[in-house]
Amino acid sequence: MFGFFSSLDCSLDIFFVEALLNGVLLAGLLALLALGLNLVFGVIDVVWICYAELVMIGMYAIFFFVQTVGLPLPLAFLLAIGLVAIAGLLLHYLVIRPVLDQPPINQLLVTGGLLFLLQAAATMAFGIEFRNLGLRLGSMNIGDMSFSWSRIITFAVAIAAVVALWQFLTRTYIGTAIRAISQDRQIMPLMGVDQKKVYLATSAIGGGLAGLAACLMVLQYDIYPQIGLQFGPLTFMICVLGGLGNMVGGFVAAFIIAQFITIGGSCVATEWGYAVAFLFFMLVIFVRPQGLFGAKS
Amino acid sequence: MLDLKGVDAGYGAFQALFGISMRVNAGEAVAVIGANGAGKTTLMRVISGMLPASSGTMTMEGSDLRTTPPHKVVELGIAHVPESRRLFPRLSVEDNLRLGAYIPSARAHFAERLDYVYGLFPRLKERRGQFAGTMSGGEQQMCAIARALMSKPKLVLLDEPSMGLAPVIVQQVFDLVRRIRTEGYTVLIVEQNVSQVLKVADRAYLLEVGRIVQSGSSAELAASDEIRKAYMGI
Amino acid sequence: MITQKHIAWAVGLTALLLLPLLIRLMFPDTDRYYLHLVIQILIWAFIYTGWSMMGRFGLTSLGHGAFTGIGAYVTVLLWNFAGITPWIGIPVAMLVATLAGLLVGYPCFRMRITGHYFALLTLAFTEFVRLCIIGLRDWTGGSLGTQPTRYGDGLSFYAVQFEPNRVLAYYIVLAVWLIGLMIWVKVDRSMDRYALDAASQDEDAAASVGINVTREKLKITAVSSAMCAFGGAIYGQYQMYIGPETIAGLGVSLNIVFAVIAGGIWSLMGPTFGAVFTQVLAEGLRVGLRGSETLSKLLGQSALALDTFIYGLLLVLFIIYMPKGVIGTLAERFRQK
Repeated sequence: MFGFFSSLDCSLDIFFVEALLNGVLLAGLLALLALGLNLVFGVIDVVWICYAELVMIGMYAIFFFVQTVGLPLPLAFLLAIGLVAIAGLLLHYLVIRPVLDQPPINQLLVTGGLLFLLQAAATMAFGIEFRNLGLRLGSMNIGDMSFSWSRIITFAVAIAAVVALWQFLTRTYIGTAIRAISQDRQIMPLMGVDQKKVYLATSAIGGGLAGLAACLMVLQYDIYPQIGLQFGPLTFMICVLGGLGNMVGGFVAAFIIAQFITIGGSCVATEWGYAVAFLFFMLVIFVRPQGLFGAKS
Repeated sequence: MLDLKGVDAGYGAFQALFGISMRVNAGEAVAVIGANGAGKTTLMRVISGMLPASSGTMTMEGSDLRTTPPHKVVELGIAHVPESRRLFPRLSVEDNLRLGAYIPSARAHFAERLDYVYGLFPRLKERRGQFAGTMSGGEQQMCAIARALMSKPKLVLLDEPSMGLAPVIVQQVFDLVRRIRTEGYTVLIVEQNVSQVLKVADRAYLLEVGRIVQSGSSAELAASDEIRKAYMGI
Repeated sequence: MITQKHIAWAVGLTALLLLPLLIRLMFPDTDRYYLHLVIQILIWAFIYTGWSMMGRFGLTSLGHGAFTGIGAYVTVLLWNFAGITPWIGIPVAMLVATLAGLLVGYPCFRMRITGHYFALLTLAFTEFVRLCIIGLRDWTGGSLGTQPTRYGDGLSFYAVQFEPNRVLAYYIVLAVWLIGLMIWVKVDRSMDRYALDAASQDEDAAASVGINVTREKLKITAVSSAMCAFGGAIYGQYQMYIGPETIAGLGVSLNIVFAVIAGGIWSLMGPTFGAVFTQVLAEGLRVGLRGSETLSKLLGQSALALDTFIYGLLLVLFIIYMPKGVIGTLAERFRQK
């Protein structure tokens, strides 16, 4: 009956350790993805359901700049980050701002409409084929274990981005305002803070982080219009698990979920790794609805 | 300094303030007294732009307050210490103070102002790294006032600074108010604790259901039989 | 008393009963296509109505794509691999979906998970079910989907297969849709509704006057998930194909929510109107855009996704400019005049 367990091959061997470490590497990327979404939610109280689609747009932008325009990769990366940052800004200005006073579900759905729109736009512009930049970075071997350089670089950059963002949030005035705004929205004007500007800045940063995630993802993954559906739900799950809006919580949750995926993936099959992660998520939320690290409301 | 003429304001269909005219001169401490629900807090919110006035004129040193967006009011030199303090509970004391110095003119002097308020309130310096929400009520009120002073305001609006505090602490809060007066700030204070506030203020306005019904020097009002009966329980 | 409302219903119902004839007369060559469109609308209208049971009480679930998926897959798998007739398979599927709904719902309602959290949690549930479907690829065909094994010529009472006879299919789904409306009305008239209205406004107040909020929500969830599972099963039996993306997954969930919001969440016909609107829009755009030679030349392959693009754009515009849904907004305009 349980045919899928026939391939079950889980023992505490070198492959298990390899999966464990690969999980840590994957967690860096997931943490970065969750970070942008959490930032936006924490400040604006809106969930961008289309967040992963912004990442997808960034990946296609890099592909376009490199393959069609012929730009060098680093320049393409910078342009893509800028482009997605602007996309985040526009998303807030054109789509979120008009619905800020509507019920939360409408805010959720309006970005859901955007999800369809962005996917379709990507299909129209680039077709449904899987694309990639043909980058081969090779891998690092330690004993019998092998770790691809693209994953290692992704991890390092993601961690650096998290640290940089934290510096920004704690060292600058607008960063402090960003951390304060969810605690008391109404009195922000008394501090002389223009809420609209903080929202726009947050959206741009959220977009920029999606752009950075795009740069890292093109190193590892093929680009196709539906890639957002693979990473979107995962990102939401991590954010909720860590406590929506709680950036530290999201970071820890990314590491937990990544372990489920890589270890589950190496023991059984990728979908089951994901499925177990989602199951785990639901169980945790039933016990702690505010997330692992969320404050009780 | 602050000048209000015929100001009306309300929430939707409900009108809370009717033709308020009042002024605050530079260097004065002016109190607005009245019962719960008389519109005292609403008045403060209207002055600092959190609630738009529906008619009348309102100026701060000649600048029209009604056309100033809420977040620009601070830049005119008005700092509002809101009712029940409203600190950012999960930010450190110092981050709260940093937000008080958010406006460009204050940012330039942040370090200087920080030294100044820490000088005024050494207790805050001890607690600088602590989450503001973990401090006692009196310390939080101290922090709220310090946050307002960070912008180097000319006029400080104090909304019910003694509310929700233990009697011993209330005395401390009024000492704080005296302290900022002697530092040269103009003060507009709203209070239910009438006997105490009249000792601090030079002049006072009595607000009843959204209208100013009496005004004069603190001594006059403190001597008025009606006020003594209705608000001071004598 | 026969009121205007009764007459309107009688006229509407008669028109629906005669619809296949009308379509045959109007489009003698393409009547199968148009019937197909109407059948699709009715099946989705039933599913949307099922969703709106929860949606109107503030339980904005993104998990109904899981229920439709369970309905379709359990029915088909039981038939394909155990030879169990859908007459048993469909109730089993509904039972499974209901149990799943209660299992997810109970802790949510007990812990008062609402708003964004409820939406995202149910989204995770949808994703879990979709991943399970793909993971069980030996039976489900994985991401490629699967088909119910055809029984004889594909027209069978025993196997609940009716796809070749479009007129028959039409009457079957019409009946299903009407049952859906009846359930809606019954729930609407029952005490549950008042209890839930009170609960969705202020749970504490509702609880303090003795309403067991959790139990009321669970009842609604049970009805809603069973309906969506039934709708999913009927969809599978009619399409004779089920895929993880077409009847399960986030896309389906989002479509359900969109359609109901667009049609109007508060009224009986809102979800149905949403189904008409979204299906005609999607189909109209698809046919109109792909049929147009100028557009094909102009856009080439990319015309393939233009319909989805416009669909997404319209959804965004709708929510921004008509937050109360098409019916709600029109009704408001009408009243103002």
